[in-house]
Amino acid sequence: MSEPDKKETTSVFNKNVSRRDVLKAAGIGGVGVLIGASGIGGALALADVLPTSQKKENTNAVVPFYGKHQAGIATEVQNHIYFAAFDVTAEDRNELIQLFKEWTKAAAAMTEGKSVGDPANNKYLPPDDTGEAAGLNASNLTITFGVGPTLFTKNNKDRFGLQKKQPDELKELPKFPLDSLEEQWTGGDLCIQACSDDLQVAFHAVRNLARIARGKAVLRWAQAGFQRTKQASPKKETPRNLFGFKDGTVNPNVKNSAEMNQYVWVQPGDGPDWLVNGTYLVVRRIQMFIEVWDRTTLKEQENTFGRYRDSGAYLGQKNEFDPPDFEKKDENGEYYIPMTAHVRVAHGDGKQKILRRSYSYADGIDAKTGTFDAGLLFISFQRSISKQFIPIQKRLSQMDELNEYIVHRGSAVFACLPGVKKGGYIGETLFS
Amino acid sequence: MKRYKLPVILFLSSSLLFSCSQSNESSTTEPAKKETAKESSQVDLNQISTDYRTFAIAEIDEFVKKTEEFANAVIAGDVEKAKELYAPARMHYERSEPIAEAFAELDPKIDAREGDVPDAEWGGYHRIEKGLWVENTTKGYEKYAEQLIKDVKLLRAKVETVDVTPDLLITGAVDLLNEVSTSKVTGEEDRYSHTDLYDFVANVEGAEKIYELMSPALKEKDEALAKEIEQRFQAVYALLDKYKKGDGYISYTELTKDQVKELSQSINELAEPLSKLGVVLEG
Ligand code: HEM
Repeated sequence: MSEPDKKETTSVFNKNVSRRDVLKAAGIGGVGVLIGASGIGGALALADVLPTSQKKENTNAVVPFYGKHQAGIATEVQNHIYFAAFDVTAEDRNELIQLFKEWTKAAAAMTEGKSVGDPANNKYLPPDDTGEAAGLNASNLTITFGVGPTLFTKNNKDRFGLQKKQPDELKELPKFPLDSLEEQWTGGDLCIQACSDDLQVAFHAVRNLARIARGKAVLRWAQAGFQRTKQASPKKETPRNLFGFKDGTVNPNVKNSAEMNQYVWVQPGDGPDWLVNGTYLVVRRIQMFIEVWDRTTLKEQENTFGRYRDSGAYLGQKNEFDPPDFEKKDENGEYYIPMTAHVRVAHGDGKQKILRRSYSYADGIDAKTGTFDAGLLFISFQRSISKQFIPIQKRLSQMDELNEYIVHRGSAVFACLPGVKKGGYIGETLFS
Repeated sequence: MKRYKLPVILFLSSSLLFSCSQSNESSTTEPAKKETAKESSQVDLNQISTDYRTFAIAEIDEFVKKTEEFANAVIAGDVEKAKELYAPARMHYERSEPIAEAFAELDPKIDAREGDVPDAEWGGYHRIEKGLWVENTTKGYEKYAEQLIKDVKLLRAKVETVDVTPDLLITGAVDLLNEVSTSKVTGEEDRYSHTDLYDFVANVEGAEKIYELMSPALKEKDEALAKEIEQRFQAVYALLDKYKKGDGYISYTELTKDQVKELSQSINELAEPLSKLGVVLEG
């Protein structure tokens, strides 16, 4: 097993440092000087020649399940996601508590690469664990649980005596212009986000948790997602979305706890105490018209995002992580970054920041048109939905050029519970 | 309608960063982006732009006329006549879309679908469409008809100011087909009257007009591409011909799933080579 807080302590001398981290570090502290090489190239080169023994140190690939916060939020993004929303069918509060206890136990085991329940010794019983992850390591599996607004109240009914605990923030999103939401991709009383570097491991997790829930909760909708794997991008460059653009460049630094407390983790006084150290999750299933995009000129594509496709830099800048200059104009007096460019509209005055942790999806074809049903399973974490996500999405829905190429088909919001210590269970602060 | 062109009317209430006039400017000047690539052909692209402008303005003139007839039928309370005039009138707008929709503040007023704008602001063709087909009435819709006449007249006046560039034409041709792919072919455009096929045809014709104007330049550069595009246009028209009925087209609801898919795919097959029109521009 790797040491529990490995993620926090990774240094520049370790192969696990991404190029981006090095660039960031160089930007603030001058790592080049620190390691006696000149500049960033030096730092990268050094990382590249480190002995393989050091590169391999995370072969157990275990992300600690227990802690102050749930894993899967500040965790470095894994290769795959399997996201599931559930409707609770149980009517009794104790049953619900029981479910969370069982889920906690199973999740803790699976995130360590262990199987669920007892070993299958009795040939006359179906095995506890479904088996497809046998012999596989955890592949950085994280399992993140959330509760939706309808767990608290549904049809004006206080379902589990939780009504008074419902945060003001936790309610269905307003309808945004151009939304084309479909019932089959919307809402949920509970959610499970399983992320792993192996899709089979992620699916196994949700499958077993859904099995444990049988009789208490049923699947409402589910979606698998992917991004380029770490194997395919050893330098861990920013992944590209299905429109071919680097996606995830601008995000709060998950290793900076001050920033995370400011933008992601719910703080005392924000709302009900049970959610302190938790966060709000917004998920939108956004279909991308990739055929239409593919016949769009490069110039239009870049103007749509406000970034260069190749480098990922903001228009008018050179490198991916250079800061934007929204006032910069070209020789014709036009803004480099058009007024309707996605990054300009999303950025706004820069005050709202969200942690985006999205994945691409590709679900066969749209039966109606024969085109791909592919897009983005957009997921963001934020301390406040009303102050962060909503204002951004409101602007985007009104003037983002990207709206020509996408349509929002699904939507849900959840409060991701705080983390627990060993011996506790996810949801204990809510039910106590 | 083009989806992103909503900002101006909606934007009044939002952020400080962009003022209305700015965002207005950004969309109306889109056609005027001057960094237009250099011409590399003997064919005079400026002449093509002028010709296109003439075409588009003629369409919009006709659009104003037909819209007035339509709106007057609504005001007169003649449901049947209004229903008859609805789809053919819209075709002029759809044909000249690259120009007609360049006005961010007018397009949503004329052509927003339900849900595209807040309900209180929703007017224009599709609002009246809902009255005619869902409620089978014109009662209460007179005010929308009156406003629509004003808006299309304003559009006609503004069109004079549009600067048509080869750049605009090239993206415009494909945009017209993208409109078909993302809303007409799914039946989401005319969701109450189901006259989507009229809009569909008009968008294709609009794209074809641009192609026609560009084709001498294209043939100089890439004869094979020109030929491919022409064949694909024919294929689309051949499909559409099957759904002709009288002077118009059958209802979208009469199409089978397979027919919708076939239409959708034929548009994609046309749009792909058409998106290479840009070869006539260098760079
Ligand atoms: C299919 C839909 C979407 C795609 C393909 C997309 C893609 C992108 C890309 C390529 C970037 C630039 C690179 C980066 O900074 O990561 C970006 C930036 C951003 N996006 Fe999106 N995005 C989508 C939807 C959304 C939504 C729904 C939101 C939030 C409501 C959002 C919020 C942001 C923010 C805040 C930024 C950073 C802006 C900045 O400060 O530069 N995006 N997106």
